[in-house]
Amino acid sequence: MNLTTILSQKANANDLADSFIGRKIKDRVFLGVVILFSLLTISMVLLIIGTLVFKGHHQINWAFFTQTAPNTFDAMMAKSSGQLIPGGIVNGITGSLYLVLIASIIAIPFGVLIGIYVYENQQSKYASFLRDTADVLQGVPSIVIGLIAYLWVVVHVTHGYSVLAGSVALAIMMLPLIMRSTEESLKMIPDTLKEAAMALGTPYYKVIWRVLIPTSFSGLMTGILLAISRILGETAPLMLTTLGNPEITWNITKPISAVPLLIWQFYNDPNMVDLIWSSTLFLMGFVLILNLLSKWIAAKRKI
Amino acid sequence: MNTTNDTSSPAMLETEMKETKDFNSPSLNTDMKETKNFTSPSILTIENLSIAYDKDKLAVKDVSATIKKNAVTAIMGPSGCGKTTLLRAINRMHELYPNISTEGKILLNDENIYDMSTIKLRRKVGMVFQRPNPFPTLSIYENVVAGYKLNGISIKRSERDEIVETSLKDVALWEEVKNSLHKKGNFLSGGQQQRLCIARALAFKPDVILLDEPTSALDPIATAKIEDLLIELKRNYTIVLVTHNMSQAARISDNSMYMYLGELIEYDQTTTIFTNPKHISTQNYITGRFG
Repeated sequence: MNLTTILSQKANANDLADSFIGRKIKDRVFLGVVILFSLLTISMVLLIIGTLVFKGHHQINWAFFTQTAPNTFDAMMAKSSGQLIPGGIVNGITGSLYLVLIASIIAIPFGVLIGIYVYENQQSKYASFLRDTADVLQGVPSIVIGLIAYLWVVVHVTHGYSVLAGSVALAIMMLPLIMRSTEESLKMIPDTLKEAAMALGTPYYKVIWRVLIPTSFSGLMTGILLAISRILGETAPLMLTTLGNPEITWNITKPISAVPLLIWQFYNDPNMVDLIWSSTLFLMGFVLILNLLSKWIAAKRKI
Repeated sequence: MNTTNDTSSPAMLETEMKETKDFNSPSLNTDMKETKNFTSPSILTIENLSIAYDKDKLAVKDVSATIKKNAVTAIMGPSGCGKTTLLRAINRMHELYPNISTEGKILLNDENIYDMSTIKLRRKVGMVFQRPNPFPTLSIYENVVAGYKLNGISIKRSERDEIVETSLKDVALWEEVKNSLHKKGNFLSGGQQQRLCIARALAFKPDVILLDEPTSALDPIATAKIEDLLIELKRNYTIVLVTHNMSQAARISDNSMYMYLGELIEYDQTTTIFTNPKHISTQNYITGRFG
């Protein structure tokens, strides 16, 4: 009896030791897999950036930021004599910025106001319907939004490809992003702050305007910047709405170019291959800076 | 820090002991003072006040009481007894909750507060909350005059400076912050932030200040400072205070209410409540049998 107890205890101890070693091995294997996959992810990003820098940096010069896109004949001539392609993408850069500006003017007030409404009426059925609608809108393929903007604005309003049509399409894409991020950043504000303002006899609209919005300002900015960086690279809706333009234009009813549109045009022209890479490098760098900026603002926020 | 602690704790104990002594053998002097206080002019009259969150669930049941001018009135009771709701009803902050219904009247200087605009009322009846809640985007200076700023009331710069200085002096914060008035208040300690919030409530020169467990988020030293401050402030203001802490009620209040399940069970001078309560429920609460 005594002996068996001792033996079984010993066996138990062995089991324990075995399972302990087993666990350690499993732990190591799992850790190794995680590290491997994370390195793969990081190397993806580094490879993308590295490729773009490697292939695109030749064309990044003063002309790249100051001149409009060259025609295919000039590009061919330059290429055959082994020179850099002349011209740049300034029509695309100004076009992208102009489109984003107009889209922001349309989308930010709507998005922020709807976000405030949804935040203030958490429980209401209409608010949850709005929230679901935003989620659906966020999932709509961009080509579909481009088609709709083509039908509504290009066909019926500006009677031709236009800045306005492209901005409307981009604004529709920004709207749900801004709305949700507004709601989320307002939710971060403690209720006690609202109470403090109410207890001073402040009317409700002033509480929103003077307390809630300033307090969540960095959150709102982060959301807006992320939304902008999302739409900056959109190509499909712009193909159907703004078409492209070899010149710089500020006329809201005229076609306009944009960096992603230029990339698409360069891709279709065998003489312009080098410009694809430098334009992509520029677009990538711009979006990256916006992303880092929004991260920096988000990190600075304190309530 | 440590030395302050060592000196302040016995001081607090002493106050408590003094109070206890008073209860046991009330000297003629204190007794007369207290009596004067309970019969002194009232500033707030609560008449048959009932507040319901849902149709059947009454948070406050038919409460009637008069609150004395220039006195500290404590509202005590176990959790969920309706004391915070009653306090919030005095400046109508309870109306922020959804589906609330209120019956009865509260008269502030003979004027029914439910006929006043909340904007006017809340300037006369200030409020301080459980957790210090200064506005994080405003400087200390702007926080004190936040009531003016948020309501868009324009006042002269000199007048504004004076309001900031007197309010901060009233809460004994002036010396600590006078060199950093235009900095944001997030470097202040919890106790300092709470005093800043009291200063913000004082800036409108209200008649009544409501405090909802103002020291429950603070350490003992900060608590002692706020308590001293409240005793100072009652010279010029009427103070109504919700507290979970019975010894705090005993230390600083002149009159006490005891509430249970939405009803006002007992309301009397604090000394009477603590030494000679009329209801068994009050007695049980005071002696710590529940709550």
